[in-house]
Amino acid sequence: MRSVSKGVNGKRTLIPVGPFHPLQEEPEFFQLWVEGETVVDMDLRISYNHRGIEELSTRKTFDQVPYLVERVCGICSSTHPLAYIRAVETICGCEVPPRAKYQRTMVTELERIHSHLLWVGLAGHFLGYNTVFMWAWKYREPIMEILEKITGNRCAYANAKIGGVRRDIPNELFDDIVRAVDSCWGPTEMLTNAVLDDPVLHARLVDVATLTHEDAIRYCVTGPTARASGVPIDVRRDDPYDAFDLVDWDVITFPEGDVMAKAKVRLLETFEAIKIVKQAVRDCPNGETDAGVEEVPPGEAIGHVEAPRGETFHYVRSDGGRCPVRHKIRAPSYVNVPSFRASCIGQHVADVTIAMAAVDPCYSCTERMAVTKDSKTGNELMDAKELQELSVQRTRWFEKQLGIEPFDKRWGPKLQELLA
Amino acid sequence: MAVGKMVFALILGSIGTLVLGFLAKWVDRKVTARVQWRVGPPWYQPAVDCIKLMGKETVMPAVAQGTGFLITPLVGMAGACVAVTMLWVMNLELGVGFVGDAIVVMYMFAIPALTTILGAAASGNPHASLGASREMKLLLSYELPLTIALLVAIIHTGGSFRIGQIVGAQQEGSMVFMSISGVLAFLVALLCVQAKLGLIPFDMAEAECEIMAGVYTEYSGPPLAVIFMTRFMLLAALPIFLITIFLGGVQLTGWPVLASLIKFVIILVLITLIRNTNPRLRIDQSLRFFWYMLTPVALLALGLALIGRQYGVGWL
Repeated sequence: MRSVSKGVNGKRTLIPVGPFHPLQEEPEFFQLWVEGETVVDMDLRISYNHRGIEELSTRKTFDQVPYLVERVCGICSSTHPLAYIRAVETICGCEVPPRAKYQRTMVTELERIHSHLLWVGLAGHFLGYNTVFMWAWKYREPIMEILEKITGNRCAYANAKIGGVRRDIPNELFDDIVRAVDSCWGPTEMLTNAVLDDPVLHARLVDVATLTHEDAIRYCVTGPTARASGVPIDVRRDDPYDAFDLVDWDVITFPEGDVMAKAKVRLLETFEAIKIVKQAVRDCPNGETDAGVEEVPPGEAIGHVEAPRGETFHYVRSDGGRCPVRHKIRAPSYVNVPSFRASCIGQHVADVTIAMAAVDPCYSCTERMAVTKDSKTGNELMDAKELQELSVQRTRWFEKQLGIEPFDKRWGPKLQELLA
Repeated sequence: MAVGKMVFALILGSIGTLVLGFLAKWVDRKVTARVQWRVGPPWYQPAVDCIKLMGKETVMPAVAQGTGFLITPLVGMAGACVAVTMLWVMNLELGVGFVGDAIVVMYMFAIPALTTILGAAASGNPHASLGASREMKLLLSYELPLTIALLVAIIHTGGSFRIGQIVGAQQEGSMVFMSISGVLAFLVALLCVQAKLGLIPFDMAEAECEIMAGVYTEYSGPPLAVIFMTRFMLLAALPIFLITIFLGGVQLTGWPVLASLIKFVIILVLITLIRNTNPRLRIDQSLRFFWYMLTPVALLALGLALIGRQYGVGWL
């Protein structure tokens, strides 16, 4: 890679961040054009890691898809299925039992608590404040544990299904949930005070990478990123789902738009999430948890929910069969990441790092498509066929090295048997 | 000193400091781990890290200027070795110094930073060049207050630039630290040492999450091990430097050994705690911090020390 390009008066240096993020460990590629320490231009490249989730989704039955889409992202693993389920429920026109609504709310809000605390930790790490990193992740642990207790998993909860929830959370566990979120309140308060009071953190966060109100609207950012720029949007309030219109909570907004505002929004939202969970536990009625949806009629619908990072948007079309014929996913980071061009150009390299983390980007949510090209001819390299051939060659090589029988000979008859 | 004795002192001082540096790094890592609710590594971990690196491949970037890239870590280590040996010898044998040796030690301590800049520039990596420019700015920002702080100690101990006399005067009378200007100068010097060691909040030259490993991005294998060992030596040597200048020197006989050790560990833990309770500053912010905040404080200490000396007030 060239280190210096012949840009304006030949002084521009290219600072690559990627193609694999050194800290977030996800595929993204930002090219920062730097003069001295100031970023003068940047190029964003995302979506080169094709995961094929939308295509896979059309090969699963309606009931299997939630298991797939909760693997879109490890952190938003309750909101992606929920958005899909809302879309399918709209097609079916079914009414979800109240107990299921409250239980879904509990899990999504517990997820929001642990996601926001995770971000606080990562933001600390980006600033070299590793103590905050370790502490925030320690305080997030009770939430992960209670999620494991009530759903069976630390992430990928598989709790929501079309028409209700898959497994009822027994009333006996409600006290544990309250205890877990209560144990989180004090540490979150401490972290909030630390962020609000620390002069060094102020120096690094206030007036850094400001995303103005106008830019926030122009780039259509969502979630905490928008709310920190004074755009009061929140799907939970604007188009209430589950129990969000039945409990009392506030949408947190700050007008500043800098990294500090984004941190404050997330920290204060954690308190709101704790409040929501406690109210949901208090108000959760007894009764059915499944509407018993048997069939999905032909039709199309959208479902959107407020993920910790913003609005997650799913579109589902059904032709009355067993599987969706089209399933489109738009993750919040897809709209939040391009806003870097508005917030980061003109900033110091040191500030851009935290600014790019401030929208809490989730590249795994966003990744859609990858094409490898030859840089000289522009021809595509490594298509599926070539990759498959390579992998077959590799297997043959290993078989030869290890002196074992080829795969076909070992498994061929058995496979034929199974297929028959 | 005879040449033979000098070589012996150099070898003994360097190896001793390296061993002390390994232990100091372990204390640093262990305290950090405990602060962060982690367990931390066993005591031999820093040494094992270096030994393992010694056996690894040295990867040369295609665009690097080979000689400069590989030789600078060694020159940096040599600078650190000479600096610590001088410190040890002048602490343990008060009479052997020469006029101005305090300044020479300061110069020698600047060499690892300079070689880091050269090595990073020779590596041809954009991250490293950004780190090198930061290291350079940082060097310019902390040397001024550190020198003024050193002057405070020199004024307190009779106005000699000989380390032997600075230590001797403190051991006969009271420590530089036992005065208002001494405390101020010590605090200024402590923060400068933090920057010299490249620790948070002044680690922007290698800012892990911004520019990979900054100045060290392209280093691997034995050269990286040499860089690590130089840094471990500095982690041991700079607290000793602070003890020498402000806290009455290091002694290796009788009860003062214990006192020296306690001082050393306190300074080390202080440095570790500073690095664990702060985020990283930006380079322009740290420059402003050193020039507009620490330099005036150091000048104030200098003024107080001069007044105290003029009127014979020891506690000023």
